[in-house]
Amino acid sequence: MTTTTTRPTPPVRPAQRAGGPLTGFGALLRLIARRERIRVPVWILAIAGLQSAGAAAYPGLYPDEADRQAQALIIGSNPAMKAMTGPGHGLDDYTFGAMMTNEYLGIAVIFAALMSVFLVVRHTRAEEEEGRAELVRANVTGSEAALSAALVAAVIANVALGAAVAIGMAALGIETIDWPGSILFGAAFSAVGIVFAAIAAVTSQVTQFSRAASGMAGALIGVAYLLRAIGDVMENGLSWLSPIGWAQATAAYVDNNWWPILLSLVVAAALAALAFRLAARRDVGAGLRAERRGVAEGSALLGTPVGLAWRLQRATVMWWAIGMFVFGASYGSAIDVIEDYAGNEVVADLIENLGGATLTESYLAMIMGILAIAVSIFAVTSALRPRREETSGRAEAVLATGISRTEWYASHLVISIVGSAAILLATGLGLGLAATGTSAGSSILGQVIPAMLSYAPAVWVVVGVALVLVGWAPRATLVAWIVVVHAFLMRYLGALLDLPEWMMSLSPFRHIASLPAEDFRALPVLLLTVLAVALIAIGLAGFNRRDVEAT
Amino acid sequence: MASILVSGVHKSFGSTIALDGLDLEVATGEVHGYLGPNGAGKTTTIRTLLGLLRADRGTVRLLDGDPWRDAVALHRRLAYVPGDVNLWPNLTGGEAIDVFGSLRGGLDRTRRDELIERFDLDPTKKGRTYSKGNRQKVALIAALASDVELYLLDEPTAGLDPLMEVVFQDVIRQLRDDGKTVLLSSHILSQVEKLCDRVSIIRLGKVVETATLLDLRHLTRTTIEADTREVPLGLDRLTGVHDVTISGHRVRFSVDSDHLDEAVRHLSTLGLGSLVSQPPTLEELMLRHYGDELAGNGREKVGQDR
Repeated sequence: MTTTTTRPTPPVRPAQRAGGPLTGFGALLRLIARRERIRVPVWILAIAGLQSAGAAAYPGLYPDEADRQAQALIIGSNPAMKAMTGPGHGLDDYTFGAMMTNEYLGIAVIFAALMSVFLVVRHTRAEEEEGRAELVRANVTGSEAALSAALVAAVIANVALGAAVAIGMAALGIETIDWPGSILFGAAFSAVGIVFAAIAAVTSQVTQFSRAASGMAGALIGVAYLLRAIGDVMENGLSWLSPIGWAQATAAYVDNNWWPILLSLVVAAALAALAFRLAARRDVGAGLRAERRGVAEGSALLGTPVGLAWRLQRATVMWWAIGMFVFGASYGSAIDVIEDYAGNEVVADLIENLGGATLTESYLAMIMGILAIAVSIFAVTSALRPRREETSGRAEAVLATGISRTEWYASHLVISIVGSAAILLATGLGLGLAATGTSAGSSILGQVIPAMLSYAPAVWVVVGVALVLVGWAPRATLVAWIVVVHAFLMRYLGALLDLPEWMMSLSPFRHIASLPAEDFRALPVLLLTVLAVALIAIGLAGFNRRDVEAT
Repeated sequence: MASILVSGVHKSFGSTIALDGLDLEVATGEVHGYLGPNGAGKTTTIRTLLGLLRADRGTVRLLDGDPWRDAVALHRRLAYVPGDVNLWPNLTGGEAIDVFGSLRGGLDRTRRDELIERFDLDPTKKGRTYSKGNRQKVALIAALASDVELYLLDEPTAGLDPLMEVVFQDVIRQLRDDGKTVLLSSHILSQVEKLCDRVSIIRLGKVVETATLLDLRHLTRTTIEADTREVPLGLDRLTGVHDVTISGHRVRFSVDSDHLDEAVRHLSTLGLGSLVSQPPTLEELMLRHYGDELAGNGREKVGQDR
């Protein structure tokens, strides 16, 4: 300000505090605490509870040292297991603690990352998108208060999560799962959560949409897992680019390294600083890129129900197809080193146990099983899209035109059904093409494409479950995610723990034959397709008889 | 013949009663005002007429059809403007107009372009960049550009500037001249006064009054202000006269419409200097139905307007 001194300055009121960029931080943090008082504690208890329950099962599964050492050999010699679990800390003395850090940590921290991403996006970009941030900023709050409050809330939640995990583990009193190791184990959860909170803070600045912000951060969780999977299998250091890799590098209960935690925190601080810089450069509510103009008239395709649904879901389908192609390709490119593992005799036994499939085949089967479940994340998002149209009030305007509820719903359904099949195909193409490019896998493309597509009916069942919820329990549509989480847990834990068959068979993916390690079974594919059709019909019937809500 | 015939409709959401025995009749070819404060049940009524909500009890007839069962066929014959327009963030306004138009079965291109011109809308901007008023314009243009029999408008001009309000009123008059039926839910009373043939007033999920504005006025009081040569005494003894205030030779009072004659006759015996008579405004009509709520400043939570 360059004012001349001719005008008398107004008297300074001493009681009035000068406002800095953090003014209002405390009030906003309390607001977050109030809004999250149920959700975050549920996340924390669920993650820590699952972790403890998993750990508690181990002494029963591997009662003596010989059992544990046998498991160490299986994990160390099988690239598919390595890709799924971890780099193999403490395999030569495979204690219960080592098992936790090697087999559990890499997957379990993903939930900490998810919790953090949702938490930060919910209180930054989502607030802006809904217009509430405008009200807050128009009040006495500083420019950095909201982002700071969201990040601090995420740090507090993650520290609480780490503490809950540490206490839950150490309190089990299992041999070698001691307090120093447990505290570091819990800290690894906190560190991954905090890094992804900072990543979400950055993605929330980049895009205008909360869903895109969570989507980008979620994709980066996938990338982090992928990097460590490839890095662990190929042993080329790629794992060092992954926050999940850093968590595993702590080797809690084995070497107890604290410095990877420090590395995580430094990276998180740098990312947070980047988020603040980006936030300072943009307007409230805006993204980093200025809005482009579009066409003045809608195309003929857009005027049809399917055309509209495609336009609304187009970007999601394409990004998923590209992303899964890349994921598939990364796993496919690792196929070269798989046969290197085949030299040792444990692997020969292992192959025998798997019903005579080769190591490459069992690797592909396991990878594809997981990739197919990943596609079901798209399926749920897509199947719930009509519900989002409904709650936003847009469905009301469309349904007030000459299009029936069934037509409208079916138009979105077509995208979910065809889209998930197309994404499975893209995954198979990525996996197959990358593998074909290596010396080991010349005939792989022809194997993996039908294998990936054989999972389509299982994905469609997930779509059907989401639809039943939309039709009959529209307020409870989030329950659909349980199917996905359950499928992941069963796929993962099923390989590690002796879970009861009924529990695993609740996952539709369980029933599809693991091609190419197993022979194709037509019946489950057929039955799951019938089940999917039935669920979709039931969901549609419910939707046709209930009120259209605009909440 | 009635385009809309609703009788004894009940609708509740959980423990909240939104419509409580609602009766509503809209004749074909009229512009019907639908008045009531927030939360009275206006939007619930319209959503029920669209078959988006299913009435718990009672009958709803729309263009001689059942809006729940024959939704699609009926929707081709009507156009709807919601009170709170939410557009797809990544579609332009022009695209959104065309989406609604084609889904309804086509719209009149010339009329579409003419309306875009008249409402001064930039159709190339994305949905997320529009202000509330501009989103409203998109929905209005999409509805008004389609050639249908019935228009259901739920507070259609909320967020529009006064110039656009004039355009809107002009377009609605044109629709009336063409013999279209319009149900106009509103709480902009001047708009209703200018456009509507008849009005229905809804309160707590029930229509408490349906009449032409002229009839409504007869039901209530006229305000009189007069200067008299003599001190204006004795008015308060007349039946139907209320709120008499006298200052010097000037008097102000309100009188029931059917007692107006006697009051004016009494005034003339006092030697009238000047006389101003004000018909009741719609505000006063509304206050008559809602005055007790205002006095109590609030009421039990009944009805849901959104």
